[in-house]
Amino acid sequence: MTRDEIKDLILEIIEDIDEDADFDALQADKPLRDQLDLDSMDFLDIVMELRKRHKLQIPEEDYPQLATLDSCVNYLEPLLTDA
Amino acid sequence: MDIQQHRIVITGVGLAAPNADNLTDFRKKLLAGTSEITEIDLRYFGKAPAGICSFPETKYRKKKENKRGTRAGCLGVYCANEALADGNLPIDHYSSSRIGVYVGLTEHGTVETENEVYNISQYDYNVDYWTHHHNPRTVLNNPAGEITMNLGITGPHYAIGAACAAGNASLIQGVQMLRLGEVDMALAGGISESTGSFGIFASFQAQGALGAAEDPRQACRPFDLSRNGIVVSEGACIYVLERLDNALARGAKIYAEIVGYAMNSDARDYVLPYDVRQAECIELALERAGLTPEDIDIINTHATGTKQGDIEECKAIRKIFANAPETYINNTKSIIGHAMGAAGVLELAGNLPAFEDNLVHPTINVKNLDPECSLNNMVIDRPVQLDSVQTILNNSFGMVGINSVVIVKKYQ
Repeated sequence: MTRDEIKDLILEIIEDIDEDADFDALQADKPLRDQLDLDSMDFLDIVMELRKRHKLQIPEEDYPQLATLDSCVNYLEPLLTDA
Repeated sequence: MDIQQHRIVITGVGLAAPNADNLTDFRKKLLAGTSEITEIDLRYFGKAPAGICSFPETKYRKKKENKRGTRAGCLGVYCANEALADGNLPIDHYSSSRIGVYVGLTEHGTVETENEVYNISQYDYNVDYWTHHHNPRTVLNNPAGEITMNLGITGPHYAIGAACAAGNASLIQGVQMLRLGEVDMALAGGISESTGSFGIFASFQAQGALGAAEDPRQACRPFDLSRNGIVVSEGACIYVLERLDNALARGAKIYAEIVGYAMNSDARDYVLPYDVRQAECIELALERAGLTPEDIDIINTHATGTKQGDIEECKAIRKIFANAPETYINNTKSIIGHAMGAAGVLELAGNLPAFEDNLVHPTINVKNLDPECSLNNMVIDRPVQLDSVQTILNNSFGMVGINSVVIVKKYQ
């Protein structure tokens, strides 16, 4: 997947969790949870969806790398090369 | 023990039934005998008649929260907010720590568990795919807790499990907590999301107790010779309960006063009801209310449309009300199906407007009355107009031998 495709994937998953999520003012380098109505359970939903859609087993110690949209893309890019 | 017997009144009603999402429409449909029981198609099980609630699910909570929570929670949040609005009671009228939420449930977590097992079946039963939402969704206090989160209530919340007597049991719990001074206002009622569980339908079918008919609206036929079982419905009803002095002080509309109640156990069988204990339960509720059988104007029967259950209840009623020529008898399940943990409170709600219109809503689907279910003054097909309705007795019984009776009186 390209970096743009990974970004779209994350936003699509968030939209599934909260269809009212507003991405217009979203800053890619700022924590998602500071900008959107997301809590720790929603965050686990994102991890679960990545597991379901792409068989990714993200270890708990790596969760902080999914904090911002940019860090998500950086972390997932090498894992989704063939996706 | 000397506990001051505060008078407890119902001052707000919020409901979701298979044919209405508010009391006004519910009453109209009950008086007209309008059933909206439909046919659903369940995973693994297939088609069955069932009662499904249609209500504005996002009126009081975002879709995101409905997805996060349970169907029972969604029903509960709607009904609790509707009850407060109906009671013209802002949530900050009482201190948030002095409000109790008591929710009767026949079961809870069955739907969520079945869904998750199905979910992991899509992933070769790998439990890594089991949702982290499972525990908060399936704890028994979930529906009551979702109500407190939505309304910012910091007083106690919990579930009362009493099979299909649970709605009445929660109402009784609310009365008791108000009388004890544990809370100043109670949101009490019952909720059922059972229509989401194939296992509940399959279990009734395995017992030969699942109602069926070509037209699903005729599947629930209490007292009819051809009755063949229960129609499972979802539903919810939450009441605002207050002590009379508080209700009067704020000029509340008073639907009814809860004047008597009783609960007891058959102590003999997992599923078969027992008229002797039911009769004892009715007698105890009458005694506590300081009423005689002749004082009761309407009995809302529990009868679900099973062969034995209907007969047992009729025997109990026949015994107690043999000399009560002015007592009228109806059945609400014939119109809305069996809303399980919500049944008792939902059916009582449907009867409450009788205090204003003096009408007894009818039982439907009785084409050939079973002689063993024949009682005086059964109201069938058409409502009966009485000169005055002052009292309603509400039966609600459940599996593993649990009986409950609530008596309400017109406030004046």
